[in-house]
Amino acid sequence: MQEVITLDYGSGGKKTSSLIDEIILPVLGNPALSQLGDGAVVDGGKSLVFSTDSFVVDPYFFPGGDIGKLSVCGTVNDVAMAGGRPRYLSLSLIIEEGLPADDLRRIIDSVGAAAKQAGVEVVTGDTKVVEHGKGDGIFINTSGIGTLVCPGLTPAAIRAGDKVLVSGTVGDHGTAVMLARDPMLAGGEIRSDCAPLNELAQKLYSLGSDLRVLRDPTRGGAATTLCEFAESAGLTIELDEGSIPVDPAVRGACDMLGLDPMYCANEGKLLAVVSSEKAQEALDILRCDELGEEASIIGEVTEAHGARVIMKTSFGGSRILTKLAGAQLPRIC
Amino acid sequence: MNDFEKKEILEYIEGAAVGDINLMEVCGTHTMSIAKAGIKSLLPGNIRLLSGPGCPVCVTVQEEIDAFLELSMRPGIIIATYGDMIRVPGSRPGDNLARRRALGADVRIVYSPVDAVEIAAASPEKQVVFLGAGFETTAPGTAAAIKTAAMRSLSNFSVFSMLKLVEPSLRVLIADPDFNVQGFIVPGHVAVIIGEDGFRFLTEEYRIPSVITGFEPEDIWLGIYGLIRQIAEGRAVLKNEYSRLVRPHGNPLALKMMSEVFEPCNARWRGLGLIRESGLAIRSGYAEFDARRRFDMVFEEKESPALCRCGDVIKGQLEPEKCPMFGGRCTPEDPVGPCMVSGEGACAAAYKYRRV
Repeated sequence: MQEVITLDYGSGGKKTSSLIDEIILPVLGNPALSQLGDGAVVDGGKSLVFSTDSFVVDPYFFPGGDIGKLSVCGTVNDVAMAGGRPRYLSLSLIIEEGLPADDLRRIIDSVGAAAKQAGVEVVTGDTKVVEHGKGDGIFINTSGIGTLVCPGLTPAAIRAGDKVLVSGTVGDHGTAVMLARDPMLAGGEIRSDCAPLNELAQKLYSLGSDLRVLRDPTRGGAATTLCEFAESAGLTIELDEGSIPVDPAVRGACDMLGLDPMYCANEGKLLAVVSSEKAQEALDILRCDELGEEASIIGEVTEAHGARVIMKTSFGGSRILTKLAGAQLPRIC
Repeated sequence: MNDFEKKEILEYIEGAAVGDINLMEVCGTHTMSIAKAGIKSLLPGNIRLLSGPGCPVCVTVQEEIDAFLELSMRPGIIIATYGDMIRVPGSRPGDNLARRRALGADVRIVYSPVDAVEIAAASPEKQVVFLGAGFETTAPGTAAAIKTAAMRSLSNFSVFSMLKLVEPSLRVLIADPDFNVQGFIVPGHVAVIIGEDGFRFLTEEYRIPSVITGFEPEDIWLGIYGLIRQIAEGRAVLKNEYSRLVRPHGNPLALKMMSEVFEPCNARWRGLGLIRESGLAIRSGYAEFDARRRFDMVFEEKESPALCRCGDVIKGQLEPEKCPMFGGRCTPEDPVGPCMVSGEGACAAAYKYRRV
């Protein structure tokens, strides 16, 4: 049967990995790209961090943000997670015929406000309009470039004994968007966490080599990112379910929809692996920032069970956490 | 329940002289909750938890899956479905609703059958078919959707009923010579509708200890404790630990709604075969809302994929991890059998929340 690309290939889980590994890397792989970090470190006279991301969120306005804000934060965060101070952005708009001009104005206002907040400038761009029915209102691609200020952030630097931190509640963005898609469920108090994380990351850079790796767990959620860490490091990450911050409203909505917050996207949270000596300092740094008030140490790195993520459940049991397999599906009953 | 009580129960369970026993949770939501909380990792080796035929997607037979896949490609059709159905594999490898959608089929995920009625009202030029899978839990809502469509005189809404009843399947399961289950964790959601009455046969006719429980790990823990006590003491009673929602006679309004729209019919189940009066067919009074009649759907009886052992998993005769395809040839992103697809499926639960 002829192979076709289904929505699962865009979910950020295993199918997305297979698409990258089987179709893209064999042709385009090189030392910078093949690292598959959030951004690539390249040589441009001095070391630069370069990243790109496309945004196709439906609906393009959602509680807590919109596609404009998201398109700035997403790329800024990717550059920051790779150790870069983001400086310049490109902005490409693919607009579907019929998009209300006021919607476009509102989106561009958001781009401006988010860029200002993140301290970056949009310095180049492009606009295309496609026929009605060939886009979903508006798609945006941004690329970002920054100067490398914190080299060496990679899962390969993770050591046994390190601690895992998250900067706040998990699953907010994915849940907010999921609810916003359904008019019957919309209007609740759950908001996307969409925010630029570059300043928060910048503060963590002061930890030097005790900061092993940073990642903002977008598609596939925190669980998928942690699985990638464990795989790359060849070590076990043991999580304590009770210490993972989840907004009660998000938990309730996920229970109802059959979703798991650990697999729902975040757009304003970071995961950090830090040496055990500096873990408390890292926690303090995060908690002193508005974007990290609910930060928590959620687990530690061990050699106990090989390259795996183990969840010690609040109930007292334990289980293995795996990467997201395809998109999360709402269940029947 | 505090940690001390939890531990006290564990000590009792570990010390109970019950030998090797199997307990069966019938409901897929229980299966998922057990896996997520890591409950199996706490139990001693002599006590096993098995999943029963309580995942709607998992018990759906191949010919019905193929029939709705075929229907999805007909012009002017919108398929409205619960999300679980999207990746259920058809007979041909790689075929499912997700693929059909990528090829142009109009497939919408809904959270309730009433959403599907709204889609029909908003798309008068299209025929909207709701894939009605589930048990007594989803049947009343599906009945309500049909009645709503009738009231609004919508001629472009229909339901493909694959609805099933729990009791007939449990009777078949128990009658199987290989049946080896000493206690039932009774599906709480189904019990909300059909009440304690709907499950009395388990203890009164078959003398199998049974507990109706809720879905929090603590509820299930208490349920397991209750079953092991009964087994240890040689008793078999139906205990309702979910009385905050489950009444002795169930929910009369929901039952009435169900029986107005549906009537029992013979139905085929994956793994269990044809079971008399175990399905719900749309009554002739609502025939125009029956997709089977409206679209002249045809069903050729088909075998499940040769190596797929979902049937044995559904009957509690095989633990998911012991299926030769588990986690290798069969994974949630590329499933061979339906138990690996649904969020309620025993294999999906075991895969997603694997035991250490």
